[in-house]
Amino acid sequence: MWEKLLFFDRRIIFVFIAIAVWVPFLTQLELPPGQTNPRTQALYDAIENLPPRTPVMVAFDYGPSGMPEVHPMAKALTRHILSRNLRLLGVALALTGPPMCQDAFSSVSQDLDKQEGVDWVNLGYKPQPVAVITQIGEDIRRAFPEDAQERAIDELPVMAGIHNYDDIGLVIDLATGNTPGAWIVYAHGPYKVKVAAGVTGVMATDYYPFLQTGQMIGMLNGLKGAAEYEELINHRDLGTLGMGSQSVAHLLIILFVTLGNVGYFAFTRRR
Amino acid sequence: MRLHIPIGLGFLAGAFMIVQFFVPHPSFEESYKALMDWTMIIGAFALVLGLQSLFRTHIDKIRRRRQGYGYSFVALISFAVMFMVGIVHGAKPGSLFDWLFMNVQVPLEATIFSLLAFFIASAAYRTFRARTPEATILLLTAVVVMLGRVPIGEFIYAQVPEATEWIMSVPTVAAKRGIMFGVALGVIATSLRILLGIERSHLGGGR
Repeated sequence: MWEKLLFFDRRIIFVFIAIAVWVPFLTQLELPPGQTNPRTQALYDAIENLPPRTPVMVAFDYGPSGMPEVHPMAKALTRHILSRNLRLLGVALALTGPPMCQDAFSSVSQDLDKQEGVDWVNLGYKPQPVAVITQIGEDIRRAFPEDAQERAIDELPVMAGIHNYDDIGLVIDLATGNTPGAWIVYAHGPYKVKVAAGVTGVMATDYYPFLQTGQMIGMLNGLKGAAEYEELINHRDLGTLGMGSQSVAHLLIILFVTLGNVGYFAFTRRR
Repeated sequence: MRLHIPIGLGFLAGAFMIVQFFVPHPSFEESYKALMDWTMIIGAFALVLGLQSLFRTHIDKIRRRRQGYGYSFVALISFAVMFMVGIVHGAKPGSLFDWLFMNVQVPLEATIFSLLAFFIASAAYRTFRARTPEATILLLTAVVVMLGRVPIGEFIYAQVPEATEWIMSVPTVAAKRGIMFGVALGVIATSLRILLGIERSHLGGGR
């Protein structure tokens, strides 16, 4: 009996996890995220307090593998920034970032009737994060003379009057790697621009020290961070939808760990 | 000479970067900007090395008919298709290259990554055992954080999110800061060893 609990066939676990993820998703089980994390609230407040037409730079430093967790954040932030009539600049320090940026900006801007080149721009990808971040501090045209559509950025109304971090109200790094650290060290450090981040749940612990020191003003932590942000802007989307699947899957994993431990203790006591 | 010239160049570049940080003179700042431009250009060449490695690995696998060599054909053909599409149509948003990326690469990569959920569940069941007091603390902490990261945790007990936030903000940050200090000291020590030519493994030949 106890041995059965100890040595489940892993395929049974796989089937249960598949059901735990799919059923809430297909039945559109919406669980509101509950209490808003103070880090999420801080980022929301920072955007709320920016004067109209202030440029906000969003760095898309993730790819398809990070999409389920980070892309809902990108869409929620884009919606908030554009609806507040702020200017939105997308850059990418990850090779797979520009399509993520284009998808988030174009899909949300259609809803809000905002124009590419006037309200937002996708500046594309440049290699070497440290060099790019430093060059933006001198003049953004050194790093990005053209946007992703190969138009000179001087011809775009959205870029009018933007030269370096002095003209940018906030930098938000959406990442699945270590680029938020580079933005903190090379953008916030020398140029004092405000930096925030949206990262996967497993990465969030890396950035708590910077939140406490004030080097980062806010952070969206995993899919729950996205759901909290959707709740704040009053537009439930993929983040909130994912909360159902994530809740059931977490409960199931806790149940399996408990069963494994019950089996382990009963088995060792009998021996 | 093959060893001394790279070490000398590395020492000069490294020493310059350290000195310029403390000297706010325009000439140093301009030189720093130029070096940053070089870094971007040199970084782009890493792509060439990556391509060479990709071709060598897969061609070798096909030539030797190693297990799963059919997948190497798929990798090389996929590369050739994306390369040609990118060259002919460009890679701008809305191009064929962009369409292929969003409709082939995105679902494939997301699928592979989603398999992690199954393996994490299986691994947690098999290995997360309260064998020792330390393992028990780790186990209980993990359960609280897992519950705190989903709305259902708050439904079970209203204080779970606060407990999670405390775990993340106090013990986790304490440990994280210790690790960061250790890493920073290690980076400084290794950098000095490289600049002084003591550490030479990056040149491809042991010490």
